[in-house]
Amino acid sequence: MNALANWLDSRTGFRAFVHEALYERIPGGARWRYVWGSTLVFAFFVQVVTGIALWMNYSPSAQTAWESVYYIQYQTTGGWLLRGMHHFMAQAMVVLLALHLMQVVIDGAYRAPREVNFWLGLILMQLVLGLSLTGYLLPWDQKGYWATRVATNLLSVVPYVGPPLQQLVVGGAEYGHHTLTRFFALHAGVLPGLLIGFLVVHVALFRRHGICHKQPAKSADTSFWPDQVLKDAVACLAVLVVVLVLCLRPGQWFSGEGVALGPQLGAELGAPADPANQYSAARPEWYFLFLFQFLKFFEGGGETGELMGAVVVPSLVMLLLFLMPIVGRWNLGHRFNVALLVILLGGIAYLTADAFFEDYQAAWTDGQQYTELQKTIDELGSDDEKIAAHFGDDPQKIAEYRRQLAAYERYRKSQDYLASVAKAEVDAHRAIELSSAPAGIPTAGAISLLRTDAKTQGPKLFAAHCASCHSYEKVAADAKALPAAVEAATAPNLYGFADRRWIAGLLSSHITGPQYFGKTAHAEGEMAGFVNDTMSSWERADIDKVVIALSAEAQLASQAASDQKDAALIEAGRELIVGEENCIMCHKFHDAGELGSAPDLTGYGSREWMIGMISNPNHARFYPDTNDRMPAFAEQEGDAPNNRLSQRTIGLIVDWLRGEWYEPGIEEAAGAREQPAAKPADQVPSDEPSAEESEKQEAEANAKPQASSEPEPSAEPGEKAPEQAAEPEAKPADETPAEPEARPAEEPGETPAEPASEPAPPESNEAPAEPSVEPAPER
Amino acid sequence: MSQARPQPSQPTSVPDANRRTFIAAVWAAVIGGIVAIVPAASALAVFLHPLRRQARGATFVRVTPIDALPDDGVPREFAIVAERVDAWNRSLEPVGAVYLRRLPGAEQPECLSATCPHAGCFVAFDGTSETFKCPCHNSAFALDGAIIQPSPSPRAMDSLECKVDGGEVLVKFEDFYTGRADKVVKQ
Repeated sequence: MNALANWLDSRTGFRAFVHEALYERIPGGARWRYVWGSTLVFAFFVQVVTGIALWMNYSPSAQTAWESVYYIQYQTTGGWLLRGMHHFMAQAMVVLLALHLMQVVIDGAYRAPREVNFWLGLILMQLVLGLSLTGYLLPWDQKGYWATRVATNLLSVVPYVGPPLQQLVVGGAEYGHHTLTRFFALHAGVLPGLLIGFLVVHVALFRRHGICHKQPAKSADTSFWPDQVLKDAVACLAVLVVVLVLCLRPGQWFSGEGVALGPQLGAELGAPADPANQYSAARPEWYFLFLFQFLKFFEGGGETGELMGAVVVPSLVMLLLFLMPIVGRWNLGHRFNVALLVILLGGIAYLTADAFFEDYQAAWTDGQQYTELQKTIDELGSDDEKIAAHFGDDPQKIAEYRRQLAAYERYRKSQDYLASVAKAEVDAHRAIELSSAPAGIPTAGAISLLRTDAKTQGPKLFAAHCASCHSYEKVAADAKALPAAVEAATAPNLYGFADRRWIAGLLSSHITGPQYFGKTAHAEGEMAGFVNDTMSSWERADIDKVVIALSAEAQLASQAASDQKDAALIEAGRELIVGEENCIMCHKFHDAGELGSAPDLTGYGSREWMIGMISNPNHARFYPDTNDRMPAFAEQEGDAPNNRLSQRTIGLIVDWLRGEWYEPGIEEAAGAREQPAAKPADQVPSDEPSAEESEKQEAEANAKPQASSEPEPSAEPGEKAPEQAAEPEAKPADETPAEPEARPAEEPGETPAEPASEPAPPESNEAPAEPSVEPAPER
Repeated sequence: MSQARPQPSQPTSVPDANRRTFIAAVWAAVIGGIVAIVPAASALAVFLHPLRRQARGATFVRVTPIDALPDDGVPREFAIVAERVDAWNRSLEPVGAVYLRRLPGAEQPECLSATCPHAGCFVAFDGTSETFKCPCHNSAFALDGAIIQPSPSPRAMDSLECKVDGGEVLVKFEDFYTGRADKVVKQ
């Protein structure tokens, strides 16, 4: 052994090298204050190890980045831990950098002969920050995408070179594949390469000059090994423990969510990046928040202000840091440097805290205090004249009002931010849920799953297209009063449309209430008359049978079990429907009755029926002469350009109203119509397969390189629905108020609520739902 | 480095030696330069390629039937679905969003880009205060897109050209550089 070592030493001189590395003299003994550099090297080592493993599983492109990160996090063994360590160690590294810088400056270790090494350290700091910035984008989730947009847009404000520089970094004019490939090359190649190069020189110079020891020496000189190495190792262990604890998401322990397991831990993964999806929770990583907050200080500064805030001031600060060794030569230079550092770090801490406070204050502020003020604000707003008149020109009161108004605005802004964060979490959770479905992620990427998901799109589409007339509110059976949204709506509440409770309500005195036809022309129609005058004298059991039979036409997946069980009742109900003096007097029902005077009850409330109704309520099958105000959303067949909505979009609305979308573990639900969503892709209307859908289906067979992800040619209003979106333009209400029959409410209504689980009871306390009309099972 | 070279075995005059050293140095630099420049230039050419890449041509994109946009002066958000070329992919997909609004009685809608001219965040419309608010650095804009001061934004929201054709609203969707007082289209 020794002979081998001797031989190797004679060829390489490794003993001298090892000796030099381990037995560096530490004047005054090992100290804890010397550990920071070593912890940084350790942190970088962790980043390299975890980074290479991540690299082996990561795929940088717009359709695979999020997907591969999802796979690392949720499917690979311990992937969450690997990613968590990489994520939190990056943050730890920034903190350690700050500590190392403080130690160096306070100890005056930047002074001769160590100036160059100090500068190298600052360069290393820039490289680490660059690694953080580039790494933030790589998961290609909403958070990283929007933060990177802002960061790269700020780059473009640099005069002359800004725009081309931005284009080079982004890899073109738009964010996409090449943004990812470039950021990845920077993150995994260029920056770490430079970092290693500078680090080697940094450490070599450090060894050359020796440690800048703290005076007075506390004890005798020692050597690096083992005394200082022990201290360094303990410090590294502490760093690792902190990182591991952060991986366990300690925030959750206290939030009542309990401790999650496996993939729910580690680093977060947001919903896939979507340039057309409003993301109001966009924030940089916390250690860049001070820069983010700093930009707000340049209000009214215009272009110059932005340039100052984003580029000039941060560059000047860096310049001051670079000048420290030179400034330090003056008598008071060192004090100046220490003071500068304290001011800088203090400023950074203040701005960071300020940004947090601005975003989160609503979480701990009691909104009650603003209820009174809100009335005044509603009345006065920020209108100078009104304010002056209201406060009788009392400058003190006006100033007080202005102060309160500003506080209230900040509170509301924070509320909006928190709501956006919550919404982002819902989207992220859903994206992961859909990606974990047995069908997997299509080649078009996970974003296509969200875009074709009824649960995600339904509320947005409903708000945009339906909510100006309809409501969608679950009303508890024992509710004393109807929700305001239902009262305000001018068309039926579509929550649980066509399920047993809904039909039971329709076939009761509630028909003329606000949940059904109360605010429509049909309140005076023949159907309301028939229900109130004729059906009211029916046997309760007969009404139940009709309710069950009619609701069975909808083939709701949520009612499939009940429908199967109640086959006999359904049969009896059908006989009642086709009874001579009954429904078929006006309606068509399968082979009985005729179209023309009232909606077809064949397949009433089924997916196909609902799509038809929304597409064109004036069709002979629905309300050829008695449509109240419902617009035709797709008057022409298929996806004609003049149709308001595509078939796919209508299908999404219908699926959402029917509560049929993919839920983990529900695939095997006794199916009424085609399985609600064994595969998320099934939620796409099947009638008119969209380009994407067909591509998806053919994807495996044809091995198409990439299915275009959202082929719908017609733009639809994005998610956020203005209070009243697309106003259905009314057919004059007077047009045939005398309506032969029940109008199933058709267009969607109001206030997209949480997609319901069970059908709502039709109305307040006296829920007409009776014994046999049981609530549908939870979906 | 020329000093380090072994002396030639044959005695030569000093100017001669200097000339030989000089020529060798020039050749070394030239050849060394060539072997370094060729791969570097090739790398640089590809690195700079994005500068030559054109932005999405600004053509009019169909956004919505005009029927779906009531003339109540309230802005509504619409996704822009356009052909997008992302390196090797060409697809029809949402590329951004706009706000459309129609003033009472107006035939023609007004169109504003949803991208904040300050730093590019997605501006939200707040129905309560009837203003546009950027969720990032607190820029706020009036219904017509004008800046509400004090604001960090250097200009008003970007209006986009739009027209109505055959009952359809068409918008010329363009990206502009952010953070500037003037509206410059990204090329």
